[in-house]
Amino acid sequence: MLPNGTPVETSSPASSSSLLNRLQLDDEPNSETRDLFVTVDDPKKHVSAMETFITYRVSTKTTRNEFDLPEYTVRRRYQDFDWLRSKLEESQPTHLIPPLPEKFVVKGVVDRFSEDFVETRRKALDKFLKRIADHPVLSFNDHFNVFLTVKDLNPYKKQGLAFITKMGESVKYVTGGYKLRSRPVEFAAMGDYLDMFSQKLGTIDRIAQRIVKEQAEYLVELREYGPIYSSWSAIEEELNKPLNGVSNCVGSCCITLDDLSEDMSEDFLPVLREYVLYIESMKNVLRKRDQVQAEYEAKLETAAYKKEEKQGTPTNVEKCQDRVECFNADLKADWDRWQSNKRQDFRQLLMGMADKNIQYYEKCLAAWESVIPLLQEKLEVKSESHS
Amino acid sequence: MADRVGLDEDEVSVGINPAPGPDPEPEAETRPEAGPDISDVKSTIMEDKTCLSKKMEINVSEAEKRTGKNAMNMQEIYTVYLIETRPQDSQNDEDSSAPDSLWRRYSEFELLRNYLVVTYPCIVVPPLPEKRAEFVWHKLSADNMDPDFVERRRIGLENFLLRVASHSTLSCDPIFYLFLTQESGWKEAANETGFQAKIESTASVKPGIHKDLKVDSRLKALNATFRVKNPDQRFMELKHYGDELQSIISHLLRVRARVADRLYGVYKVHGNYGRVFSEWSAIEKEMGDGLQSAGHHMDVYAASIDDILEEEEHYADQLKEYLFFAEALRSVCRKHELQQYDLEMAALDLTSKKQQREELATGTVRTFSLKGMTSKLFGQETPEQREAKLNVLEEQIADGEELVKAKNLECDDFIKDAWADIERFKEQKNNDLKEALISYAVMQISMCKKSGNPQQRTLWRSDESLRATFGFLHKWNKTAFCDGKVLMLEAQLRIENDADSMSSLVQRAFRKIEFV
Repeated sequence: MLPNGTPVETSSPASSSSLLNRLQLDDEPNSETRDLFVTVDDPKKHVSAMETFITYRVSTKTTRNEFDLPEYTVRRRYQDFDWLRSKLEESQPTHLIPPLPEKFVVKGVVDRFSEDFVETRRKALDKFLKRIADHPVLSFNDHFNVFLTVKDLNPYKKQGLAFITKMGESVKYVTGGYKLRSRPVEFAAMGDYLDMFSQKLGTIDRIAQRIVKEQAEYLVELREYGPIYSSWSAIEEELNKPLNGVSNCVGSCCITLDDLSEDMSEDFLPVLREYVLYIESMKNVLRKRDQVQAEYEAKLETAAYKKEEKQGTPTNVEKCQDRVECFNADLKADWDRWQSNKRQDFRQLLMGMADKNIQYYEKCLAAWESVIPLLQEKLEVKSESHS
Repeated sequence: MADRVGLDEDEVSVGINPAPGPDPEPEAETRPEAGPDISDVKSTIMEDKTCLSKKMEINVSEAEKRTGKNAMNMQEIYTVYLIETRPQDSQNDEDSSAPDSLWRRYSEFELLRNYLVVTYPCIVVPPLPEKRAEFVWHKLSADNMDPDFVERRRIGLENFLLRVASHSTLSCDPIFYLFLTQESGWKEAANETGFQAKIESTASVKPGIHKDLKVDSRLKALNATFRVKNPDQRFMELKHYGDELQSIISHLLRVRARVADRLYGVYKVHGNYGRVFSEWSAIEKEMGDGLQSAGHHMDVYAASIDDILEEEEHYADQLKEYLFFAEALRSVCRKHELQQYDLEMAALDLTSKKQQREELATGTVRTFSLKGMTSKLFGQETPEQREAKLNVLEEQIADGEELVKAKNLECDDFIKDAWADIERFKEQKNNDLKEALISYAVMQISMCKKSGNPQQRTLWRSDESLRATFGFLHKWNKTAFCDGKVLMLEAQLRIENDADSMSSLVQRAFRKIEFV
C-alpha cells in the first residue's frame, strides 16, 4: 500500500505509468502530513420499483478535528456527487472545483450497468473526492464534511444547506453590469489558454470518434474475411489445418479490435468530454473574477468623486478590494494545482491509450505467430484416410 | 543459336522436334500415343529433370512504353517487357557475358500460352498475370499503364516463364525456346504448328473472352441433352474442386480488397492527430515535448500503411495466380470430358451400325425406321442390293471398331498423363500456397511490430517527472541510494528513455522501502 491509501498494482509494463502517477500525486501536500484519506469503491446495484441505480462506498479516515470520528463509511450515488459539486461551486466560487464524470449517457449506446462503465465511473469519482480532500480550502468545506459523514444525505439535499462561507456569500451578491477596465495579464493568459485548450480537445474528440467509426467498419469486413479461410480449408487436405489456423487468427484479431474500440469509447472519450465541461466551469469562475474586479474598479472610481471617510468601519471600496485580492490569490493557487492535475490526467490518458494500442498489436502478433508452425509442419502420410 | 547460349548439342536435340510443323495433338485420328513430345521426354520425368530452367537463367527485367499502330491502323500505347536469358554456368565466369534479350508485349505471352494449352492438353498450363486490374481497392489504380500495375505484371510474367521453364514437358517445347531467344519469326513458327486451327475449328469463337481457350465452347454449343455417361470420377471431383477453389479465392480477394480499404482509412485518420497534437504542444509548457513526440508518432503511423498495403498486394497476386490455375485445371477436366464424349459417340455409332447389319442380315426390323417402312410399302430390296449394303456396312463397322479402339487408347493415355501432371500440380499448389500464407503471416507480424512500437509509452517521460520520481525515492529512503548512484541512473534513463527499466528500477526501490 502506498502512503496515500492507494494499493500498488500488479507488475505489468502498463503499471509503471500508473506507479509513477501515484508518486506524483504525492508531491503536494506532503503525504507525511496528510490527515484526510478518502476512497470510493465497491459499486452495488439497487433495484426498486421506480428506478435502478448504482451506489458507491465512500470511506474516510481522518485525524482532523472538524470530524467527530476517525473513520466513516457511507454509500453515495452519482446524484449525490453532483449535488456536492454544485454546492462547492456555489459556496467556493473563487476556487476551481474538480470535474465529475459525464452525467448523461445515451441510453442504448452505452450500458450504464456494465462492469466497464461502472468501473470507469468509479475511478473518476474516486479521483474527484481525492482532489477535494487534497485541496487546502475545499477539504474544509462543510458540504464536503456532510457528504463524507452523514448516512442519509437526502434531508440535507432537500433543505438547501445553511452552510455558507463568508466568501461565498460575498461573491454571490456581486452584480454584473460593470465593465472591466483591464484584465491582469495572468488571468487573460488563463482565459486564452482555456479557449485554445478547449478547442484542441474538441478536435481530438472528433478525431477519436471518427477513428472508432472507421475501426467499426474495418471490423465488419474483417468478420467476413476470416470465415472464408474456413470454407477454403474444407476443400483442402494438406492445407486444411493451416487455413483453419488463419481463420482462427483473424477471428482473434477481431475480438481484440472490438475490445480496443470499446476502451476508446469508454475510457478515452468520456475523459475528454469531462475536461470540456470542466473548462466551461473554469471559464465561469474567471468571468466571476472579472465581475468582482469590475465592481471594485467602478466603486473605486465613484469613491474618488465622493471623498469618503477613510477611518472607522471598512468602506465598501475596501471590501471590494479585499474580495478582488482574495479571489485572485485563490484562483492563482488553484490554477497551478489545476495545471498539475491536468498534466497528470492527460499523461495517464494518453499513455493509457498508447498502452491499449500496444496490447492490441501484441495480441495480434501472438495470433499470427501461432499460425506459422501450422504452415511449417509436414503432413504425416495418412494412408488410412485416403481411398 | 545453341552455340550462342552454350547449350549441349545432345540436350538440344532431345527437346526440339526436328520435323517441321510437328503434330503433337493427341486428338489426331490414328495416333495411339499422346504426342511425340511427351513420349520423347517421358524418360526425363522419371529421372532428374533437365528442364530449361536448370540450363538457362531467365529474367523479365524491365518494362517500357511503346507507341505504334494497331490492327486498325490507329495509334496506340502499349507496354513491352524485356526478356533476358543467359546460360546458368556463365555466372561462374569472371567476365559474365551480357545476357541475350528481346522485347515482348503481353499479347505475345497470351499467344504463347494459347499455343501451349492447345499443344499440351493434358498439362495444367501455368497462368498469366491478369489482363486487367481486378479486385482493386480505392487507392489502387485500375489503370493498366499505372507503374505499380506494370511492375506487378512484370513479376507475374517472369513467374510464368520460370514455371513453364521448370516443367519437364513444357520446357522442352521448341516454340517456347524460340519465344525466349528469337525476336522475330517466333509467331510464324508458332502458327505453322497449326494450333490456331484447333481453336477455330471448334464452333463459334466469341471475341474477347478472357477464358482459357475456345475448346470448351464446343461443349457449350452442344445441346442440353448432352451427357457424358462415364466420365472418370476423379476428373469430375477435380472439376468440382476447381469450381469451388475459383469461387472461394474470388470471394477472398474481394473481401481482402475491402479490408485493405478500411484499414487504410483507420491509419490515415490517425494522421489527423499529428497536427492537433503539434498545435496543442505549442500552448503547453511542461507537456510540450511529449505532445510533439506523440504527434510525430501519429504521422509516422499514418504514413506506414502505404508500404504495408503495397506489400500485401504481393500476397493478393499469389492468390490470383491460383485463381487462374483453377481455371487451367478445369480446362483439363473439360478436355477429358470432350474426349470421353467423342469416344462414347463413336461407340454409339458403332453399336447402331452393328444393329443395322443385324437387321439387314436377318431381315428383321427391330426398331422403326423409315427405310423399313418404305421397303415394306414399296417392296423388298433385291438380294444384290442387300449384299452391297451389307458390304458397305461391314467396312464401316471395321473402321468404326478401329476408331473406338483408338479413341479408347487416347482416352486412357490422356487420363494417365493428365493425372500425372495433376499430381505434380497438387504438390506444387500445396507448397506454393503454404509459402504464400507464411509470407502473409510474416507480413502481419512485422506490421504489428511496427505499429505497436513501445516507444509510444516513453513519450511522457519528461525531465520533470524523472526528477520528481527520484526526489520521491530520495525522500523515502536516503540509504537506498547514494547520490552518485541516483545521478547515474538518472542519466542512464534519460538516454535510454525506457519504460521497462524505469518500472523495474522503481519496483526495486520499493522493495527496499517498507510501508506501513
